[in-house]
Parts: sequence; structure tokens; C-alpha cells
Amino acid sequence: MDMPAKDRKYQRVAYYPGCALEGTGHAYNSSTKAVGKALGLELDEVKNWNCCGAMEVKNIDPKVQTYLSSRVMSIAANEMRAEVVMAPCNGCYHNLKKAEHDLAHDASSREVVDRISKKAGHATYQAGQVETIHALDWIKHGIGEAGLKARVRNSLKGLKVANYYGCMYTRPRHIFPEKDRGPGSESTSKPHFMDDLLEAAGAENVDFPLKTACCGGAHTLSDSDTSTKLVLNILRAAEAAGADVIATECPTCHTGLEMHQVRAEKVLGQKTKVKMLYFTQLLGIALGLSPRKLGVHENVSDALEVLREKELA
Amino acid sequence: MSSFAAIELELDSFAPQAEPRSASQRLLALAEEVLERWIEAQGEIPTSESKEGFRLLALHRQGARGIPSFNACRETCREIAYHYNLLDEKPDSADAARRQRMMALLVKHLLLFIGGKMQVEGLGEFCCAARPLRLESSQTS
Repeated sequence: MDMPAKDRKYQRVAYYPGCALEGTGHAYNSSTKAVGKALGLELDEVKNWNCCGAMEVKNIDPKVQTYLSSRVMSIAANEMRAEVVMAPCNGCYHNLKKAEHDLAHDASSREVVDRISKKAGHATYQAGQVETIHALDWIKHGIGEAGLKARVRNSLKGLKVANYYGCMYTRPRHIFPEKDRGPGSESTSKPHFMDDLLEAAGAENVDFPLKTACCGGAHTLSDSDTSTKLVLNILRAAEAAGADVIATECPTCHTGLEMHQVRAEKVLGQKTKVKMLYFTQLLGIALGLSPRKLGVHENVSDALEVLREKELA
Repeated sequence: MSSFAAIELELDSFAPQAEPRSASQRLLALAEEVLERWIEAQGEIPTSESKEGFRLLALHRQGARGIPSFNACRETCREIAYHYNLLDEKPDSADAARRQRMMALLVKHLLLFIGGKMQVEGLGEFCCAARPLRLESSQTS
């Protein structure tokens, strides 16, 4: 399919899976790769990548977190000559964007990153060398809704989906200068890229007002009850909106929803039926890939029954 | 003045009403009360001003001043205002009962977030504010 020149760079990107996709988010990793292959989009995994700094390093020393994220971008830019880095995890995506912002606006961050990079023996990352995108941007810009629609072999028609983006995909707004730029761009207040892609795959998106609401994720260990109640409310809102499944685009959000759904039933006696699937798993099903290939059986939330009910598996 | 526990109880027992406008007014008042508690806990007097026609949004802005992570509930407040408008403009809609239920869930989310934040100040700080908990670390690096 003919793509505008500006979008060709998204068809082959440096892939930064991050730690979660090698662990609890393994199914997100396999489904992202499978969907990319089915769509003709290429991924070159960042060589010898490291942790983005996640939440832990940021709270000990935020500039070390900036360095860690910058090293990933430096390898992509200076060793792989990549223009674009794609991170499917909201945490990784957020941290790389934050590092990009800090390096563009804060001289002391540049000084720390330069000092550690020299000590580590690699080129210092300079702001603007690569563009960091999310998996949603990759598919939206690399193939688009029309391209996706043309490849659908198993339409998600009849499946009602609540799209949950979580908080780190859009906040804080200042680290995402490309968003809120009008038609065609993502919105930080009402994100829609996942809605757009799943609609192109035939799904019916329900009106879900908690799509960026806090799930208490970062406090899941220190204050489990608050997290469980916040997640339970998100699940109930999805059910009240009529959703069969919640589509996710982040391994931390996905795991949080799954684990607190179980905990809500065990600790609070509150059962909810809605199932969680990564948006890449849903797109893969629409593209005719098998649920096993997409790792649906690896999810804690067993969505196979609902997929069979809808004659999608 | 209602306690958070009393508001939570009222929200948990909420059932859609035949008169959607009075239900939405009550839910909006509960949401404002939640924000008032937060602002009072910061040692301030809750504003009586409105923003975009809603005191709720002015209260949120006041509550978020100097606390970026408080923006984690900004969209929730805006959705509460949106649902209020839907119910106010189209009380006879076939969706009125569903919208009332959803508005109650939105107010509950606001209550849970702010209630959680009053117990654990850092709630929302890792993710929504991109702000380190140990500010002194960033200043000494």
C-alpha cells in the first residue's frame, strides 16, 4: 500500500520491549511481534537495551533515570541509525519521552547524561536524534485504519470493547508535544488511537469515561486496598458501559487490572466478569492469527470463552 | 458535612431515579463535597467560583495548585461535568438510567482517588506528575 513519505519511517522502527514484556507482559511482546509481521511492519530490537529507569530509579535519582532512558535512545540513534524507537509499555514510553524533554530543556540533565555516557563508553544521546513512539502510534501511522481494515480476515464485529489507556500514555502533557495538535493527532484528555484501530478491526467501542483514570498502580504493594477499589471501579464502569472486554496497551495496566480483579473477588467479595486483552491480541485475532500465537492463554483473565461466544476463536 | 465513608455509602447504594436532573444535581454536589474536603485538608477555603460553568472544575483547579499529581483526577471531574450536562439536557433520553449509573461510578472514582491521596500523599506522583518523591535527590544531582 502506498504510504505518505512522512509515515514510511514508522514501517521499520527500533523496538524497545522493556523489562515487563520479557516477564508478565510476555503475551504483549509476542502479540506485538505477530501483528507487526502480519501487517508488514518491521521491528529491529534495540541491541543490548537496559531498563528505562522505571519507577524505582526515578525516585532515587531522576537524572540517573534520564541517563538510562537516554542510553536506549543513544544505541538506537548512534549504533543502529534508527529514526524511530517504538516502546509498547506505557512506563518505558513515558520515561523515554520524559528523558527527551529533560535533555531538550534542562542543562544539568545534559551534563549528567554526558558525564555518565562518557564513563560508560558510548555516544551521548542528543535531544531530537530519535523520535519515541508507542505501539499505538506505530500501527496508526505505519499502516493506518484503512490499511488495517483491508487486512482484516476475522472482523471483531459484535465485540464490545472499553479502551483503557492508563495514565502514563498522556500525562504529564508537556512531555508529549506531538499530542493535542488537532485532527490526526492523539488527544491527552480523550485519547482515541486504540479506539480508532479497534474500530477499523470491526469492534464496537463503548463510551468509557474512565479510559485514563488512575488505577493506583504505583501503590499496588504499599496500599493494595486503594488500588483494588480503584481497579474494581474501572471494571464496573466498563461493565456498566456494556463492554465484553477491556483493551489495554500497557503491561503494567493490564497486570494491575487482572490481579486486582482477582483480589477484589477474594478480599472484597466483589466479582466482575469483564475480561482483559491487549489491543495487539485483539488486532491479531482480527487479522486471522490464532489466540495461542497471540498468547491469549497466558493472560490471567481468561478471555477465550468470550472470544468463542463471539465466534472469534 | 459528610464523611468520605458516608459519601461512599450513598454512592454504593445509588440507584437511577425517575427524575434524572435531581439525581445528577445530587451526584454533582457529592463530587464537589469530595473536592472541598481535599482543599480544606490543604488548609484552604474552597472556592465558590465556577470554571466553564462548573464549581466542580474550579475546585479541581484549586486543589491541583502546586500538586501536579492531582491532575490524575482532572479528566474524571470533566467526565462528571459532561455526564451532568447529558442528564440536564436530555433527561428523557433512553440512556438516562445508564448515564446516572455511570456518573455515580465517576464520582466514586473521584472519591477513591482523593480518599487514597489523603492517606498516601504520593498517589499519582510516580505516573501522572513525572515528579520524584524525593525532591532533594533531583536538586542535589
